[in-house]
Amino acid sequence: MADITFTDSNFKQQALENNLPVVVDFWAPWCGPCRVVSPIIEELAKEYEGKLVVGKLNVDENTQTAGEYGVMSIPTVMVFRDGKPLKSMIGAQGKESYKKAISEALGQ
Amino acid sequence: MYDVIIIGSGPSGLTAAIYNTRASLKTLVVAGLKWGGQLMLTTEVENFPGFPEGIQGPDLMANMRKQAEHHGAEIVDMDAVSVDFSKRPFTVKTDEKEYQGKAVIISTGADTKWLGVPGEQEKIGRGISSCAPCDAPFFREKSVIVAGGGDSAMEEAIVLTRFAKEVTIIHRRDVFKASQVMIDKAKANPKIKFILDSTIEEVLGAEKVTGVKLKDNKTGEVKELSTEGLFVAIGHIPNSKVFPGIDVDEKGFIKAHDHFHTNIEGVFVAGDVYDHQYMQAVTAAGFGCAAALEAERWLEAQKV
Repeated sequence: MADITFTDSNFKQQALENNLPVVVDFWAPWCGPCRVVSPIIEELAKEYEGKLVVGKLNVDENTQTAGEYGVMSIPTVMVFRDGKPLKSMIGAQGKESYKKAISEALGQ
Repeated sequence: MYDVIIIGSGPSGLTAAIYNTRASLKTLVVAGLKWGGQLMLTTEVENFPGFPEGIQGPDLMANMRKQAEHHGAEIVDMDAVSVDFSKRPFTVKTDEKEYQGKAVIISTGADTKWLGVPGEQEKIGRGISSCAPCDAPFFREKSVIVAGGGDSAMEEAIVLTRFAKEVTIIHRRDVFKASQVMIDKAKANPKIKFILDSTIEEVLGAEKVTGVKLKDNKTGEVKELSTEGLFVAIGHIPNSKVFPGIDVDEKGFIKAHDHFHTNIEGVFVAGDVYDHQYMQAVTAAGFGCAAALEAERWLEAQKV
């Protein structure tokens, strides 16, 4: 399963009401560091297939969701479980760093 | 066992890796959890030779990484959490593994220096930023503050004017450290205002930034200034804490002796962790090359 594209309209159903924990990459096309994170997110989507839902949300097109979670700096990667944000990682980071944060957030 | 362990993966570290691998030295780059260094937080880099149209900072770093890997560098995206330079071979530890190297090049660079005032840490990423090119569009039609008086403060302010309604540069002195070209550019921009001789004492707001508490350094008067964003550009702190036994100056920059040698024989230094003078991508790359050549010569001399 590839990574998911989250939008304002599908966020509730695909992210908040998802039975699996969800990782959301808040990004925008103009953001250089986001371009570094993007392929990492795609790799994570593959690696965690079946265990986690991993996807991206374009903050330019989906200002409502971005605003709701107070995203004012991108890339921001957030981990959600049961509709609640557990962790927020601000700024481009390496894959290992995301993996570490994801397992911390999920208490593994 | 590696011939060379390079700690850090900005322009200096990756350039050193390219040189060392091409010299057939077994090379490991301990790249850090946030690999790529400060250029990962930039957009267009227009002053790196060889890219007449400019290049995106993160793309430039991805290219350097590819080039280092192409020549055989091993790269691990982990932080060096401790080192043992007291005996050879040297040891570099990450959270997962321990590596041995005959020589080490420290190129850990420098990180944003924050103001260190109340209300700041918890609002980083929630209205406080050190990266205008990353975050400026969140401040469309808003008024923002830039703290600092150097080139990077001027640059942040200019980038912000593309989106913000109004940008106020707050500087604690009455003279700027920035170059004249940058000062002129900022002054010519109708959206940029200046407040000099003033210190930010607190960042106000609960969930997001609503203002700052500002002290006039001449009169001692304290007032509040409302703002929706604060960009901090007051300089950098060298990442030199993890290296006990390595000589640093009073600001923490590693001291280099006789061309990129540190006080410990076999440990070399390159880039912003020692250079507080130039701090450019291209000088960092140049220093990385020089440190790699010094390490190579030193390793060669050990064989005799």
